[in-house]
Amino acid sequence: MATNQFDVIVVGGGPAGYVCAIRAAQLGLATAVVERDKLGGVCVNIGCIPTKALPHSAYVANLAAHDAKDLGVEVGAVKTDYGVAMRRSRKVSEQNSKGVEFLMKKHKISVIKGTGILGKNRSVKVGNDTYEAKKAIVIATGSRVKGIPQIGLDINKTTVISSDEALFLEQAPKTMVVIGAGAVGSEFADIFNAFGTKVTLIEVLPRILPFEDAESSDAITKSFKKRGIAVHAGAKVTKATVGKDKVTLEVEAGGKKETVEAEKVLMAAGRAVNTEGMGFQEAGVQLDERGFVKVNLATLETTAPGIYCIGDVAGPPMLAHKGSREGVVVAERIAGHKPHPIKYDNVPSVTYCHPEVASIGLTEDMVKERKLEYQVGRFPFSANGRARATNETEGFVKIIRDKKYGEILGAHIVGSHASEMIHELAVARENEYTVEEVDLAIHAHPTLSEATAEAALDSMGRVIHI
Amino acid sequence: MSTKVVMEALSPTMEEGRLVEWKKQEGETVAVGDVIAEVETDKAVMELVARAGGTLLKQVVPAGTTVPVSELVAVIGEPGEAVGAAVPETPKPAPKPAASAPNQPEPTREEPRQTSKPSAPPAPTVAPNGQGDGGRVKASPLARRIAAERGIDLGAVAGSGPEGRVVARDLEGAAARTGAPPAAAGTSAPPAPARRTVEGPAFTDVPLTQIRKTIAKRLAQSIGPIPTFYLTTEIDMERVAEAREALVAGGGEKVSFNDIVIKAVAMALRQHPACNAWWQDDRIRYWNEVHVSMAVAVEDGLITPVIRHADTKSLREIAAEARDLAGRARERRLKPEEYTGGTFSVSNLGMLDIDEFTAVINPPEAGILAVGRMAPQPVAHEGQVAIRRRMRVTMSCDHRVIDGATGAQFLKTLKAMLENPLALVY
Repeated sequence: MATNQFDVIVVGGGPAGYVCAIRAAQLGLATAVVERDKLGGVCVNIGCIPTKALPHSAYVANLAAHDAKDLGVEVGAVKTDYGVAMRRSRKVSEQNSKGVEFLMKKHKISVIKGTGILGKNRSVKVGNDTYEAKKAIVIATGSRVKGIPQIGLDINKTTVISSDEALFLEQAPKTMVVIGAGAVGSEFADIFNAFGTKVTLIEVLPRILPFEDAESSDAITKSFKKRGIAVHAGAKVTKATVGKDKVTLEVEAGGKKETVEAEKVLMAAGRAVNTEGMGFQEAGVQLDERGFVKVNLATLETTAPGIYCIGDVAGPPMLAHKGSREGVVVAERIAGHKPHPIKYDNVPSVTYCHPEVASIGLTEDMVKERKLEYQVGRFPFSANGRARATNETEGFVKIIRDKKYGEILGAHIVGSHASEMIHELAVARENEYTVEEVDLAIHAHPTLSEATAEAALDSMGRVIHI
Repeated sequence: MSTKVVMEALSPTMEEGRLVEWKKQEGETVAVGDVIAEVETDKAVMELVARAGGTLLKQVVPAGTTVPVSELVAVIGEPGEAVGAAVPETPKPAPKPAASAPNQPEPTREEPRQTSKPSAPPAPTVAPNGQGDGGRVKASPLARRIAAERGIDLGAVAGSGPEGRVVARDLEGAAARTGAPPAAAGTSAPPAPARRTVEGPAFTDVPLTQIRKTIAKRLAQSIGPIPTFYLTTEIDMERVAEAREALVAGGGEKVSFNDIVIKAVAMALRQHPACNAWWQDDRIRYWNEVHVSMAVAVEDGLITPVIRHADTKSLREIAAEARDLAGRARERRLKPEEYTGGTFSVSNLGMLDIDEFTAVINPPEAGILAVGRMAPQPVAHEGQVAIRRRMRVTMSCDHRVIDGATGAQFLKTLKAMLENPLALVY
């Protein structure tokens, strides 16, 4: 049974699990990954990657329909085809999943197909085979979409769908209600709007992108409304009537009741973690009161010695890059290294709508709540040369710094390339650079990143270009 | 380029460490995170870990040597690299100010009050290592700013960032180790008279060491969430009574025995900061200010108004404040800030003729003193049986914070102060 023995068995081949496996293999550990579907997990197959392919189509559609003429390019009537965009996004996902397969081979990692069920003494059962982990098991089983059955909105995959189905639609519906205006909901609202769908976006919290800085939420609300997306924040769906080809919702907002009809309802509120039916209880792996696997945050070890847990199932933030980092750190710990601890307050968050929203650290509301003394620096892209040249002047860079020491408490970017720009501030925060060091680093001209340096300067009262 | 390995402060109270055993020999390859040596601290044997990778070029001290914190013990570098520049001629490098703060004069420590012999351990001195010959101390820009502002010598701080870089969180404990109030640094003025407020931070948080975590866990398992133990001592109050009579005869605010006890407790806490602390679950908060809570019986309950900075107040001030607070406590007119934030409590049932009793700790405080009645007792005094006024006090201690000997030393100081009340005004 020697072939059924590994040093490390990773259950789940998503961005947390497969990265953990690669790092473990790099450190000389005999490693296996158990995956019941496709390698790459939600991220590669029905999450991050395809949903980044579609906004690019949306971006091109918007560019051609609205901006091209001003830029001196006449394209005539713009015709969009969601089916074509969807099939392209599938191809991108498949390429990436194949890429992960290749990486597994390259690092001599065994890929076991099937559902891994934990047993006693660090064993994992897949089908009829039992595998033993000599050093450790890593749980990376991830999460999935969930509906809101309480108000009659169970996902039926035809009229009430989740992102899983939205990614496979052959054509864009005429009308759509998106429930939940976090990153996923806002991205889909943006995509379908570009493909001609009349979109209504509903968020129960007082503003869309509720976990971003209020200024970012405001900027996106304005931008969405300008493009014809109906935005209802602070709104509750009180009743849902699900028909064969349409859904009727009663929406209550600010004391007013409204009826909204749509061909499809996209549920983008909340995710459930995958913890059922995989022998967690038998193996001694306990869950916390919110349903996540209980872990020691310093080591990511579960309540069962030798069993670790990473990624969405280990707790929020449910972000691929957070899971990947946990995978690296756990692999190093299993190999006997002493990795640097993860700074959970320094995980960037990005929403890929147009313009993009990216942030790191605290929002201004959080800074106020903690009663920190702070100073805000802002710089709008409308004052940035590069942004003007490319006609992408929406948005701003906002930096919140500690008043006394200049520590970057939080940074928020709304702009066409916010997702790429946030990392300068992530590096700064990770290394404890203050706003002064951000300014001292010379920023090339003309670039969007100059806005970051200017926002840092503005927080010190020394902004140059406004 | 070679990297120096210095003795790190492996526990917050560690001033020096005995290098028990070398785990890496000269010429051996060392990776970041490898254990280079075992070091015995004041608490336990701990591991000294490599902050840089390479080859162990030189063991600067032999096993068995006791080395002050931040002094050189080894050099790591490329194989064959000369260590001459890194290793000083004499084993002890002359202290140099850290490169990052060239204008910082040697920090002056606040002098302990020179009343009785200080039973607290001597203040740790800081040996700035400057990381060698005017070389750079690795520190983040934020850490540098905080250090400059607070007057912390970065060279004396063990860094926990990549490659041993000093980051902001490493300075949390360091502030207390150097204890330099930035404004006062470098002046040779005599110690200022008793101050209303203490300069610098109001308290110092010290993360729990392994031994403290174990003590806390085991004791809590055994006896309840606050593992309490009790220490009783009997104090000769004859001289306090005489002094008080003289004070009262002099007129003005009437000073009670309880006021005197509060003052003495505050003064003794100043000498025993280990008893002036809060249990904070993952750390112990050692207060640099003394705020004494006094238990006051009110209708259907009790409340503990706080005499703030009791150590810096005169007996008359304490008497006036205690009278005012107690009066308003009984009328239920205290503001929340007047009955919270104490660092140690005093409870007195002497006026109800209780000989001695044990009081319940008022968390997060770690100690409370239960004061019994003062009564004439026949005792041996200067070789004779004499009738003297005696008083029994019992201290309840949170064992997670205060150990038996620590509490006993505090009580010894308190007893000495009350038996020689001049100490209170010295």
